[in-house]
Amino acid sequence: MSKKAAISKPSEGASGLTGMWRIKRPVVDQTKCTNCLLCWLYCPEGAMKRHEDGKLSISYDFCKGCGICAEVCPAKAIVIVREA
Amino acid sequence: MITLKNLSAEEYMLPGNAACPGCASVASLRIALKVLGPRTIVTIPACCSSVIQGYYPKSPARVPFLNTAFAATAASASGILAALEIKGREGINVLGWAGDGGTADIGIQALSGAAERNENFIYICYDNEAYMNTGTQGSSATPRGAVTTTTVTGKKEKKKNVPEIMIAHEIPYVATACAAYPLDFAEKIRKALSMKGLKYIHLLSPCPPGWRFPAEKTVEIGKLAVSTGAWILYEWSEGKYTLTGLSKGMTKKSSRKPLKEYLTAQGRFSRLSEEETKALQEDVDTQWDRFNKKLVESGTAPTG
Ligand SMILES: Cc1ncc(C[n+]2csc(CCOP(=O)(O)OP(=O)(O)O)c2C)c(N)n1
Ligand code: SF4
Ligand code: SF4
Ligand code: SF4
Ligand SMILES: [Mg+2]
Repeated sequence: MSKKAAISKPSEGASGLTGMWRIKRPVVDQTKCTNCLLCWLYCPEGAMKRHEDGKLSISYDFCKGCGICAEVCPAKAIVIVREA
Repeated sequence: MITLKNLSAEEYMLPGNAACPGCASVASLRIALKVLGPRTIVTIPACCSSVIQGYYPKSPARVPFLNTAFAATAASASGILAALEIKGREGINVLGWAGDGGTADIGIQALSGAAERNENFIYICYDNEAYMNTGTQGSSATPRGAVTTTTVTGKKEKKKNVPEIMIAHEIPYVATACAAYPLDFAEKIRKALSMKGLKYIHLLSPCPPGWRFPAEKTVEIGKLAVSTGAWILYEWSEGKYTLTGLSKGMTKKSSRKPLKEYLTAQGRFSRLSEEETKALQEDVDTQWDRFNKKLVESGTAPTG
């Protein structure tokens, strides 16, 4: 078999900085967040990062701004703002 | 039982991929790979997922994906299993992941053959109810009434019932799932992993551009599919049907929301007349009447 088989290597941003697609930006209000993890479960992109201290942050390089996280958040801790 | 607490925090579908914002299919693939883990080989035919995964020289996928021909998902999964056996490799999960076009239409003969041989892999059809990757052409899984670019006045034929076709093959496990209920989906994959032979899961996967709704509504639309009774969550094994999740409470018409709530939330159904909407509601009611009989025969009908 040819040694030049087309094998892609795993990488974040395989299709570039998809955060550039975003027209709306989700922002987490840490004072309201109860760490229920529903946004992490539902984010299609896997753009919700979980940290050691249990807090969540959004990877804005890749978040496409779909708004699902804000919809599923029971604590209304995610607000959607217009992308500057 | 898979819960939010024990669902793997490891990501096998990395961010920055080519899926549309709000895509339920990539969301579900992310969940599936969390359950299947790193020792998994996935085979996919031409479909949205192959575009999402198949970028070269980089891929969002941290497990190997084989890109195969449109008709060949189940045949290639069988081939991967044969190769693993010859090489003496054990403990590797094989997943066939294909769209509704690749399953209900062009891939069905390969799938039927693999079911007859009872090949030891999991096949998941993510059903976005049309050929989305090529611009929303109708498939045999497109529901009655939905507008696609090939059913411009709304599809006239009913949706093909692929899970029932798979049940007729008497494989070890058949289940339906919906992308709006990721933990129910994850639990079904976990169960499938514990069984030998062909396991088939049919996942309803809302698609914002194809179904014409805003990206943030993906979860809400998926939940409406279940709460209106349009989509039934169930498992079938050894001749028995069992309802799961929200569908357990949906056997009575009075507990189901009017189908209209699901239909009016999507642009693809915007052409429906009152009469057509009524006919689709009757389809749902008939579907449940038939399903309730199966539950009675299985001895699994909910009491009360
Ligand atoms: C034999 C063959 N016919 C047609 C195509 C073109 N094609 C590529 S993807 C696709 C649509 C796939 O639809 P589906 O399986 O439902 O997956 P989705 O794109 O909706 O995710 C088509 C028609 C092809 N690749 N091969
Ligand atoms: S807006 Fe969408 S992509 Fe961005 S973090 Fe929320 S769910 Fe994820
Ligand atoms: S869904 Fe809301 S409350 Fe739950 S973890 Fe996310 S931001 Fe916090
Ligand atoms: S067309 Fe639909 S299924 Fe395909 S990537 Fe976009 S949202 Fe996902
Ligand atoms: Mg499709």
